[in-house]
Amino acid sequence: MKQTSFLGRLRRSQAFWPLVAWVLILVFDAIVEPGFFRLGIIEDPVYGKHLYGNLVDIFNNGAPLMLVALGMTLVIATGGVDLSVGAVIAISAAMGAVLINPALGNQLITNEILTRNATNTPLPLIILATLAAGTVCGLWNGWLVSRAGIQPMVATLILMVAGRGIAQLITNGQIMTIYYTPYFWFGNGYILGLPVSIFIVAGVLLLAWLLVRKTAIGLFIESVGINAKSTYYSGINEKNVKLLAYTFCGFCGAIAGLILSSYVHSADGNNNGLNYELDAILAVVMGGTLMTGGRFSLLASVIGAVVIWTFTVTVYSLGVPANALLAAKAILVLLVILLYSDYTRRLMNRVFERRGSQHDAAH
Amino acid sequence: MMQRIRTFMFRNGSLLLTFGVFVLIYFVGTQLYPAMRKPQVFFNLFINDSSLLLVSIGMTMVILSGGGGIDLSVGGVIALTGTASAALLRGGASPYLVIPLMIVMGIALGALMGTIIQTLKVQPFIVTLMGYYFARGMAYIISLTSVTITNEVYKTFALTPIHIPFIPKAYIYPTTLVGPIMLVVAIYLSFFTRFGRTIYAMGNNEQSAILMGLPVARTKIMVYAFSGLCSALGGIVFSMSLLAGYGQHASGMELDSIAAVVIGGTSLSGGVGNVIGTLFGVLIHGTIVSILQFNGTLSSWWTRIGVGLLTLIALGVQSIFYLRTKRS
Amino acid sequence: MNEPIDVVRMLGITKSFPGVMALDDVDFTLRKGEIHALVGENGAGKSTLIKVLTGVEQPDNGTIQLDDKLVQVRSPEHSQELGISTVYQEVNLCTNISVAENIMLGREPRRLGSIHWSKMNDLARNAINRLSIDVDVTQPLGNYSVAIQQMVAITRALEILSAKVLILDEPTSSLDIHETNLLFDVMRKLQNEGIGIIFITHFLDQVYEIADRITVLRNGQLVGTYETRSLPRVELVAKMLGRSLTELDAMTRVRSRAEDTAEKQQLVEAKGLGLARSLEPVDLELYASEVLGVAGLLGSGRTEMAGLIFGIDAPDSGSLVVDGEEVTKFSPLGSLKRGIALCPEDRKAEGIVGDLTVRENIILALQARYGWLKYLSMQRQNELADKYIQLLGIVTPSPEQRVSNLSGGNQQKVILARWLATNPKVLILDEPTRGVDVGAKTEIQRLVMQLSEEGKSCVFISSELEEVLRVSDRVAVLRDRKKVAEYSGDVDDKTLIQAMAGEA
Repeated sequence: MKQTSFLGRLRRSQAFWPLVAWVLILVFDAIVEPGFFRLGIIEDPVYGKHLYGNLVDIFNNGAPLMLVALGMTLVIATGGVDLSVGAVIAISAAMGAVLINPALGNQLITNEILTRNATNTPLPLIILATLAAGTVCGLWNGWLVSRAGIQPMVATLILMVAGRGIAQLITNGQIMTIYYTPYFWFGNGYILGLPVSIFIVAGVLLLAWLLVRKTAIGLFIESVGINAKSTYYSGINEKNVKLLAYTFCGFCGAIAGLILSSYVHSADGNNNGLNYELDAILAVVMGGTLMTGGRFSLLASVIGAVVIWTFTVTVYSLGVPANALLAAKAILVLLVILLYSDYTRRLMNRVFERRGSQHDAAH
Repeated sequence: MMQRIRTFMFRNGSLLLTFGVFVLIYFVGTQLYPAMRKPQVFFNLFINDSSLLLVSIGMTMVILSGGGGIDLSVGGVIALTGTASAALLRGGASPYLVIPLMIVMGIALGALMGTIIQTLKVQPFIVTLMGYYFARGMAYIISLTSVTITNEVYKTFALTPIHIPFIPKAYIYPTTLVGPIMLVVAIYLSFFTRFGRTIYAMGNNEQSAILMGLPVARTKIMVYAFSGLCSALGGIVFSMSLLAGYGQHASGMELDSIAAVVIGGTSLSGGVGNVIGTLFGVLIHGTIVSILQFNGTLSSWWTRIGVGLLTLIALGVQSIFYLRTKRS
Repeated sequence: MNEPIDVVRMLGITKSFPGVMALDDVDFTLRKGEIHALVGENGAGKSTLIKVLTGVEQPDNGTIQLDDKLVQVRSPEHSQELGISTVYQEVNLCTNISVAENIMLGREPRRLGSIHWSKMNDLARNAINRLSIDVDVTQPLGNYSVAIQQMVAITRALEILSAKVLILDEPTSSLDIHETNLLFDVMRKLQNEGIGIIFITHFLDQVYEIADRITVLRNGQLVGTYETRSLPRVELVAKMLGRSLTELDAMTRVRSRAEDTAEKQQLVEAKGLGLARSLEPVDLELYASEVLGVAGLLGSGRTEMAGLIFGIDAPDSGSLVVDGEEVTKFSPLGSLKRGIALCPEDRKAEGIVGDLTVRENIILALQARYGWLKYLSMQRQNELADKYIQLLGIVTPSPEQRVSNLSGGNQQKVILARWLATNPKVLILDEPTRGVDVGAKTEIQRLVMQLSEEGKSCVFISSELEEVLRVSDRVAVLRDRKKVAEYSGDVDDKTLIQAMAGEA
């Protein structure tokens, strides 16, 4: 019997295991702290009626990580890695803040001007510039990897180191606070009671899905990651495939930077997106994509990001002091290592075949 | 004679280049800011970057060993060493107990990471990332705030100036010596022991090294243990210099360390480079920071850009050298 | 003349793997001070025999004697202890450390716990001088050519313990004439010292130049061991391919479908096309509606020639004209767009994309030609997949099966399907029937002939002469990296074998 039932397909998809992990954490929360799942509706003076609660926070605060994990998935699928995403977030945030800054170009800078709820540049242009900044970063990384032939870890390390410096350059070394309220909507606003950021993530996920599954790009990316030589022999330009992956990753970092700076009302070259690259790689690994490249699943990586964020929120809500979060994360990484190691993976593959599955002989 | 000079140049070209860059940047600095011409400025490089030097020595060995070798935990171990020592000292423990204990801890953590990397065949990036989270995490658990060290022995080590002979008004501190001593140790290991030669062989071709009968598995674990040792020493020196232990210490040092190693001519793929180059990489880092300090107006974030740019140039130079040797 | 002493005696060696009988009751002896060549085509069992001798594999049956004493070789380390040293085709040394280290590391001399460099260099110098090569042992190994690196590997192998047996596995594959002569000088020197050398190679010229005796294996069985000077080249080739000379005489012309080439449309013209160390300049023409067979032993340059025409490598001499236009930029995608397809020889490394499904593997090249945006609809993909699964008889539970799970032969068919799907004008097939069962072999051959009737130009490269003759209109013969002959019409396999052996 062909297993086309929903549960069957789910069990065989890459998203299965991170989903299981997420459910396990939620179950843990339900047992230990039933109040975790409390959802309520409040009326906000600016944004109207909306949902609030831990679950909402997870998705709202976790949105930047989910986006970065999306971009990182494609890069890792080609057999590479992008360490610069945190720096890209910082650069994009800085770009946005600077363009908003109403004091720009003003000769006389007073406190009133600085904190004015106004923008120097129209919002659409700001968004465009922010996205462009991140995308250019991605192009840079992609060029280094595909054309200059530099190893991905090394190539993206450069932007990782220099990037925060560039971000500081843009903001002239200061943490810029943003006062332009329409800008806050991305990170703080609500549509139909749900945070805007969720919609943005959903939108980018949809866009990415269309890009990789409705065109041949997804197939090419996986092919390059699995066997670059055979792919080249089949006539595919693997250089451009890699270039695209890194550029898209930069693009995702830009959107993440937009949401993040919108949420915290500021751009901080030093701290925006700090350690995001590490979390993103972890999310992708949790989502079942091999660090050597090949088959990938955007949804699984996003779920991986949700798992990481849920883990974080759980740790906080358990009353574990903030200082223990990092140590707890170490345990999480250890678990991921053990579960996703070669040995376990082979065991799992024998039990459940992913994607290229074997139907029952008798059918 | 000419031939010998040529061979020397060719073999050590990368190192000479790094040295040259250091001299150049330093020279430019002295021209821009006369205050930089004081000899003490040079010694300050060693004083201020002593932890970075220590950590980078360990990082060099790990990167040399190849197989994606890298140690992201160094900053975390420094923080952990600092807070743990401070807490223990405040509790009345003797520094002669605390220091060896920290060293053992560093080695143990490194050996543990090395074992996971070797036996479970997990990428060093992920494993040392876990080490980073664990170390810094434990540091935060020990104390969220900075813990002052008031121990007399520590103070002595940290504050007693050692005057440099023949150079007036020039001094260093006892803690400054640890880095150069470890450098000598590392040079000895790299060039005079089987451990070091195995590291170089592994970095070039792990498969061949195994077939040659070299103790690859053991060496891999030991090199991460060595890096742990260096990080622990770096942490001791750091906490001594600041007379405090703090969870946020050495934030981002792993990146600076990797950049110093790369600028020093060591290839991230392994097998090429040495700790002497790393010394100059660290000195270049310190020089850039000094120049910015003397300038006073440019903010410290220019360091980041400068370091990033230099790393890029270093990579470019490396690939040219690589191509040149390939063709010959 | 002394009586020849056997240093190694392997008797009745049998070894099988799941589904394959790698060695079937094979005998092999090596004498002291002799150079003994071990030859055979792919799958003959050469590497398995060596693996048994060096302890990498344990035989199912049979005995090994060293110096008349029965031994059981437990592991590669053990074989070294017994005095058997092996040097592989890929130099298993480290290019970043010095020559002296490569020779001595692992047994380096120490002084007070640290490496005694000057002593190590001296010891290395002595060892290298034994081979009479001029090398500065303090230089990094990577500064020297592959040939020298190989000598260093041999030096290391000999230094480990007083070696009695030296096994050289395809040592000359990456060497040019100069370097090969250097190696041969070394081998003769060692021979005089009484070391027995097993020389595995597919270069017959070299066999005749250096070897005292030749052992021929075929399909896991021993064909025979012969004194080199008593075995004419033609006979050797015949034995490697499984024919006897009398059989050849009796064989009549297998194929003649001579048609006037002048009437056909020329699709590809290669003039002096060559690449240093891979292929000497070659002239070749490919016409529509015909099959060009390419015969030649392994290593004769067939694959390299195919690679040049398909654009994997750019030639450093000569020109290639496709459909009247000269090719300036060589790339697989460019060739694909011009209508050339290549089914590569190494399906694992260059053909299949293991984790992708059968369907994805089949449509891959076609999709490459369509580009990113025009993604073939799932319906079309399934149509193509089903079509070729049926046409080529690919055995798979479904088109969604991972290709790496298929048997070798079926993987080969999937690659073939990939290229057929692009509807090429020129289809180059490099060993398309290797590892494929008999029924499928015939199918593929029939398919090739059918394709040529439909107007395509096919290049059929194979070591199986039967096949080549059966499907081809013309046959080109390559030997030792150059084209030595081309026949059309009247040709039989005896002629081909003579050309391949160099006695045309």
